[in-house]
Amino acid sequence: MNASGFAVRDLSVVLGRGKRAAHVVRGVSWSVEAGRTLGVVGESGSGKSMTVLAAAGLLPSPAAVTGSALLGGRDLLTLSARELEGVRGRKLAFVFQDPMTSLNPLLTVERQITEGIEEHLGATRRAARDRARELLATVGIPDPDRRLDAYPHQLSGGMRQRVMIAIALSCGPDVLVADEPTTALDVTTQAQILDLVRERQERTGMAVVWISHDLAVVGGLADDVVVMYGGQVVEQAPAETLHGSPLHPYTRGLLGARPLLGARRAQLTAIPGTPPDPRQLPPGCVFFDRCPVQGDPRCETEVPELLEVGTRHYARTFCPEDDR
Amino acid sequence: MSSEPDPGTARDTPSVPLLDVRNLRVRFPGPREGRRLSWVHAVEDVSFAIDRGRTLGLVGESGSGKSTVGNVLTRLVTPTSGTVRLDGQDVLAARGARARELRRRIAMVFQDPYASLDPRRTAGATVREPMDVHRTHSGRAERNRRVAELLDLVGLVKETAARYPHELSGGQRQRVSVARALAADPDLIVLDESTASLDVSVQAQILNLLRQLQDELGLTYLFISHDLAAVEHVSHRVVVMYLGRLMESGDTDELYARPAHPYTQALMSAVPDADPAAERDRERILLGGDPPSPLDPPSGCVFRTRCPMALDACADPVPRVAVADDHTAWCLRTEDALSPERLRGLVH
Repeated sequence: MNASGFAVRDLSVVLGRGKRAAHVVRGVSWSVEAGRTLGVVGESGSGKSMTVLAAAGLLPSPAAVTGSALLGGRDLLTLSARELEGVRGRKLAFVFQDPMTSLNPLLTVERQITEGIEEHLGATRRAARDRARELLATVGIPDPDRRLDAYPHQLSGGMRQRVMIAIALSCGPDVLVADEPTTALDVTTQAQILDLVRERQERTGMAVVWISHDLAVVGGLADDVVVMYGGQVVEQAPAETLHGSPLHPYTRGLLGARPLLGARRAQLTAIPGTPPDPRQLPPGCVFFDRCPVQGDPRCETEVPELLEVGTRHYARTFCPEDDR
Repeated sequence: MSSEPDPGTARDTPSVPLLDVRNLRVRFPGPREGRRLSWVHAVEDVSFAIDRGRTLGLVGESGSGKSTVGNVLTRLVTPTSGTVRLDGQDVLAARGARARELRRRIAMVFQDPYASLDPRRTAGATVREPMDVHRTHSGRAERNRRVAELLDLVGLVKETAARYPHELSGGQRQRVSVARALAADPDLIVLDESTASLDVSVQAQILNLLRQLQDELGLTYLFISHDLAAVEHVSHRVVVMYLGRLMESGDTDELYARPAHPYTQALMSAVPDADPAAERDRERILLGGDPPSPLDPPSGCVFRTRCPMALDACADPVPRVAVADDHTAWCLRTEDALSPERLRGLVH
């Protein structure tokens, strides 16, 4: 990893204590370099968002976080709260799913964008306003002068998300973490936002971590994809490899479960059951009780290692399948 | 264009369609401008029909009016004008016992199983409620037997009847919602984004369940969704709406193979492809900006302000173009939209 990339190493998160302890992230490692995009895919409760929230020190204090989170040669987990504040928004910026709850309803668009610029870059009010106007134009908001004085409720969902992106880009971050930023948006608006992030990345060379429950959204965007399940990375590969020859039964299940445009299937291969409870994880493979393969006696008793199965391709399974 | 029979009815079925919606118009009062009242044009002149045992997909984005159409069918919204017929009977004009009976025959499954189930009622009580209201099954014992049967039908163990919503997963909750919708033996089920809030793997479970129930019980569905791929998967016919108007309608295979309206084409091109190679090679039709306000919709074609193919003439009344036997587009540019060069980068 070069100095401007972002990596987590053996990151674990435990919420609560004793019998109620929930192991929501278990030994997750991944990295993304400047100018590249990492897609992190998983369903609700897979730990995909927890990983980055923990890395950025955004989890409430009862959370026990171990491992490391490397950004610009520093381990974020060793920084003080004050030092972290200098990193978040400046080097590491976030865009979350719901722009209505992430924006402050009482502040104008201008104030929400200028706040970070003044705080992190020490810009004057006037310079910050000019920069905010520029940013709004950059993210494709028409008539930026008028929009600076608008409140969030006066904007459409797509525009609010563009404002969120403007805020995230305001201090020229090295890493942009996009946590399901298009899930609440219409498909045509989603296409606009994907396009915008791609274009900004090409210009600025920032690294992007794109978190989604949908492999398809990540497919065309990411260079590498990490698939998470039950708090663990179960498969990791370059995007083409993951789509062309997925090896983990869960990844294959995800690909088969989604209806695809232009490919009507008689039956979708639904994955039966529900994800495991992070307070009562099984002793063996975390996917065991929903797995259609269960092809090895160790599945039920032993946790499989994340093994290299091909070029930059890793899978955590006793039952790799590649007959796709 | 309004008085012709709609292409919603497949031509070779001589019988009356189960559901026949004609010239539906819904206007909500908007903010006052001085002394003038303004109106939100939520649904304008929408007609479609669904044959018994079939699924009609109703596709649109936020503000397209698709949910308002569903809410009219379930009598949650009273339309400004238009007719809704179920088996030939006027649903909107019916009163008293006949209205209740028609209401029984149209059930609904909502989007969010976290919000649409009463947190203080057990799953069993929730599923039994329509039977209590419509008195479809006499006696407590008979209703409870029916609850167990319905839970089994949607793939839940009978012990689920005693559970409260917070004890159930999202997928289980949505199965409870489906069981409730089935409770009073409806003919038509309106599914409004019923799989949108579920995880992909669970979404597939529910889509498969809906299809299996249709095969077993001969149900008719109106499947309202913004997800083009899910709609293609479950629907026999499709209707595309934008800003309250019909843009295109037709047989699913035909419409997805030859989308004839620039809006449908933009929608299809916006759906991400899981295959990175395919995604990179695709031609994308990016729409600029946001839809116009339904308080003051554009004249002529309402899509023309964002349409990449719009001409000056698109401000005039929109022609209705028969693309194929069961395929209609409301667009002046249909012929050019169907050019092979345009379709090549678009159809999967």
